[in-house]
Amino acid sequence: MNALDIIKPENQVFCKSKLMTDTTLSYCPGCGHGTAHNLAMEVIDEMGISEDTIGVAPVGCSVLAYDFMNIDITQAAHGRAPAVATAIARTWPEKYVFTYQGDGDLAAIGTAETIHACNRGENIVIIFVNNGIYGMTGGQMAPTTLEGMRSSTSPYGREIKSMGSPLKMTELVANLPGVHYVTRQSVHTHKHARKAKKAIKKAFENTRLKKGLSFVEIVSNCNSGWKMTPLESNIWMEEHMFPYFPLGDIKVNGILK
Amino acid sequence: MSELKLMKGNEALAEAAIRAGVDAYFGYPITPQSEVIEYLMTERPEERTGMVVLQAESEIAAINMVYGAASTGKKVMTSSSSPGISLKLEGISYLAGAELPSVIVNVVRGGPGLGTIQPSQADYFQSVKGGGHGDYKLYVLAPSSVQEMADFVEDAFNIAFKYRAPVLILSDGLIGQMMEKVNLKDQQERLTDEEVIKQNGDWATTGKTKNRERNIITSLDLQSEKMEARVRRLMKKYEQMEQEDMRYEEFQTEDADYLFVAYGSSARIAQKAVQLARAKGIKAGLLRPITLFPYPKKVLFDLADQVKGILSVELNAGQMVEDVRLSVEHKVPVEHFGRTGGIIHTPEEVLEALEQKIIK
Amino acid sequence: MAKVKGAIVVDTEACKGCEVCIPVCPEDVIGMTSTVNRKGYHYAYMNNPEACTGCTNCAIVCPDRAISVYRVKVSA
Repeated sequence: MNALDIIKPENQVFCKSKLMTDTTLSYCPGCGHGTAHNLAMEVIDEMGISEDTIGVAPVGCSVLAYDFMNIDITQAAHGRAPAVATAIARTWPEKYVFTYQGDGDLAAIGTAETIHACNRGENIVIIFVNNGIYGMTGGQMAPTTLEGMRSSTSPYGREIKSMGSPLKMTELVANLPGVHYVTRQSVHTHKHARKAKKAIKKAFENTRLKKGLSFVEIVSNCNSGWKMTPLESNIWMEEHMFPYFPLGDIKVNGILK
Repeated sequence: MSELKLMKGNEALAEAAIRAGVDAYFGYPITPQSEVIEYLMTERPEERTGMVVLQAESEIAAINMVYGAASTGKKVMTSSSSPGISLKLEGISYLAGAELPSVIVNVVRGGPGLGTIQPSQADYFQSVKGGGHGDYKLYVLAPSSVQEMADFVEDAFNIAFKYRAPVLILSDGLIGQMMEKVNLKDQQERLTDEEVIKQNGDWATTGKTKNRERNIITSLDLQSEKMEARVRRLMKKYEQMEQEDMRYEEFQTEDADYLFVAYGSSARIAQKAVQLARAKGIKAGLLRPITLFPYPKKVLFDLADQVKGILSVELNAGQMVEDVRLSVEHKVPVEHFGRTGGIIHTPEEVLEALEQKIIK
Repeated sequence: MAKVKGAIVVDTEACKGCEVCIPVCPEDVIGMTSTVNRKGYHYAYMNNPEACTGCTNCAIVCPDRAISVYRVKVSA
């Protein structure tokens, strides 16, 4: 039996989600955004909720998420996605509303919007892609950039004394009563990607059950910003990002782990 | 049928919003307009009509909540005062760029900076000349009575949905705080979700159904040709607004030798100044722009053939006077008069200014 | 006992040569071509097609979803 015998439509076990458009992703080779987008779309498709789902795109590398996701999407001003999502969720209580944000969007300019949407326990999903850098604008320091990590605005490495410590937004919001589910995942290996998909599914299930806010952080690489190859960046991420941003569930069913 | 009540301007606005079937109000306290959200919270419109009322964490969050609900085709508004409107300007630019029907109310206080809590009209430039970044304009309605505070809510939403554009109601602390008789319209039902989808489903993000392509709400166009096309589309809207929806009022201009131009609370004061002038034998008249954009440029241009001089009366250091000068194209002298800092000029002061600066 | 045999199809123009698929393959199937696609990227291909079991690890991790996976059961 050779490959041609196997490659037949009836034998297909995996392909791109039909909720992704045909547009080539604008993300750098190896960037976790692509995988995260796909997992989210797979979940929405499998749950059969695409007709009732509205996404809120951020400012950042994934500002063009609306070119890739074949669902209704509103692009929000930098950091404001949780406020935008709040209004959509409140005026359309039966819809599934999610934000998809980077670390600058969620943890710098959008800190207030993030914390208050979480505090109010809005019935939304926040997907937070944390790669410790500002990719879109050319690799500047982010609130989640690690100590000693170089970036274009911390060329000698992040210095705690003048620049503060990397911010753990996920742990911060987990302490708010309105937040029902908080988890930190990654998508760089098949094992991690499958776990991340389960987490995203749990988040949308929570929306369906009107449990409150679900917060899914995805620690991701940014090989362009970190100036590495994709494979190098995934190894670096495991060795440096994961110890500071440990993976796993932080809050489940409203209870801190 | 309607209901006659004695109300504060801010409260009349809030009650009118409920009765106009507004779907959501997002706001933040700031003097002199906190009564709007206080009234709404007390009235519990969620029980009356299902209207959502939420006190946001900041004016920035509030305008972005407006952006969110507006992107789904719902009828949504916010209100604030000068410094809070400055915070909202990014969001307002986004609303204009993304072409979202929405209503913003500014109950103007003295500025710049934290300023004062008393009334002023010092946000004319901010409202009419942009304020937020980029090539856009706001349709601006300037109420000068509690009745107009109420009536303009529905008018504003009609314009907003006609043009798919944000509309500004430019009030001031005097109109917001004073109490007058107001006729409130009967309750209009809020649109159902199905009706919203029917009315706005060709552009609003309500959830992509099988029968259509996905809707995207964005003000981003990285390809310059597309951005230029977007800007041209916006400019066409504003041209149409100028042709079809400009509003103004004249008071005793038919035989006027001298003209006051004033809006909002200044118009009420200038109207009294006209009466005082006439009592002294001075044939004064008043042009009250009701829309500040579109501006009654042609009306002023024509009046300039008749009058000998024009005084722009505004509670600021001289803002609308520039548009008066532009409209009049040097035909007659144009001067400005106005108190600032939250001080309200009196009709006597206004007449004196006309005598000293124009009549001489 | 039934075995499985698999095969992957790589959309060669979508592949950006990131190589993230290579370490997750349990059977060392994937290699990178020496040629490049229209964008100038080397792309993934089945260097060792006989070993493919259609486990989908490569596909699920591919950021561009350039990989489709096929699998059949074969009798032992």
